[in-house]
Amino acid sequence: MSHSLLGAAVIVAQVLLLLAMSFSIIRMARGPRAQDRVLALDALYVNAMLLLTIGIRTGSLLYVEAGLIIALLGFAGTVALSKFLMRGQVIE
Amino acid sequence: MIRRWLPYPILSALLLLIWLLLNQSVAPGTILLGALLGIALAKVFGLLRPPKAHVHNYRLLGLLFLRVVYDIVRSNIAVARIILRRDSRMQSGFAAIPLTLTDHYGLAVLACIITSTPGTIWVSYDSGANILLIHVLDLVDEADWIDTIKQRYERPLLEIFQ
Amino acid sequence: MNHLDDLPPWAAILVAVLVLLGALLAFVGSLGLLRLKNFYKRVHAPTLGTTLGTFFMLAASITCFSVLHGRPIFYEILIGVFLTLTTPITLMLLVRAALYRDREEGSADVPQAMPHE
Repeated sequence: MSHSLLGAAVIVAQVLLLLAMSFSIIRMARGPRAQDRVLALDALYVNAMLLLTIGIRTGSLLYVEAGLIIALLGFAGTVALSKFLMRGQVIE
Repeated sequence: MIRRWLPYPILSALLLLIWLLLNQSVAPGTILLGALLGIALAKVFGLLRPPKAHVHNYRLLGLLFLRVVYDIVRSNIAVARIILRRDSRMQSGFAAIPLTLTDHYGLAVLACIITSTPGTIWVSYDSGANILLIHVLDLVDEADWIDTIKQRYERPLLEIFQ
Repeated sequence: MNHLDDLPPWAAILVAVLVLLGALLAFVGSLGLLRLKNFYKRVHAPTLGTTLGTFFMLAASITCFSVLHGRPIFYEILIGVFLTLTTPITLMLLVRAALYRDREEGSADVPQAMPHE
């Protein structure tokens, strides 16, 4: 009983996170300004990372490692893009 | 001698801890490599010549941390409610807050607190006039927000860092 | 999903609740990204996912794997620490960039530059 509940909860959570990712993608496509798109990209990274953290479904810890790498790339990417928005170049 | 090799013992210990967590083992080889990395990276950090931080009151720092956790939970609920309700009357806007805190580490902690809490974000800081500009999602009363930030966060930070 | 059957019922229910809460918060955060009207309002929304949303998800993961492996596994904490350290930095930089761009365009919705920023 409690295990089918867990299975259902994990699937619902995955669907919710996929919806969250698609909202971010819609915002990224719509803009209207560059900063909105960067913000949406950052949110997309975070949602993808959360989706991977539910490696609970497969029971593999490897996904957590992938999540860590996504979080790292998201941080570096957003910082570089913000810097670009402010100055027009990434490395001064 | 110890000062020379371990200029930042807490930073080195934290780096070692992260290394152990990443490797998920406490084998002697892992600990040795982690300790070497911790010491080397802390020395590299020293090359940046960071200004010294003076924490006067560790107990208050702990209390402030608990308060921030509580505020984050509360404002998570508040912001979720705002989003779900689609309240069009909701007013958001900027608030300028005159600060008394000048310590760099104190300001950094204040920035992290304000930005991590959903509903408020640090926008910019005028170091000459010591005025902080924040953006608030649900700005009912600007004076009220100024008072909250000053009483809840700035006062303990003043005691901790200055 | 046979490995999940190894979880005792209390752990299964706890993990289910935590996973749902975390996903729900991240969902509401992204919904806010879509619904709120301007950039400065939208910037508040994703913090839901990066604070409590991440906390619940990591708590679920830690509970699940610790019970499954029979020893405490705190590996996921690293994600939490990393995210708490980096989110304020990215958001602050992004808001500053947006403010700079709005001021360059002479927008009336943002406060004017202070002398010593």
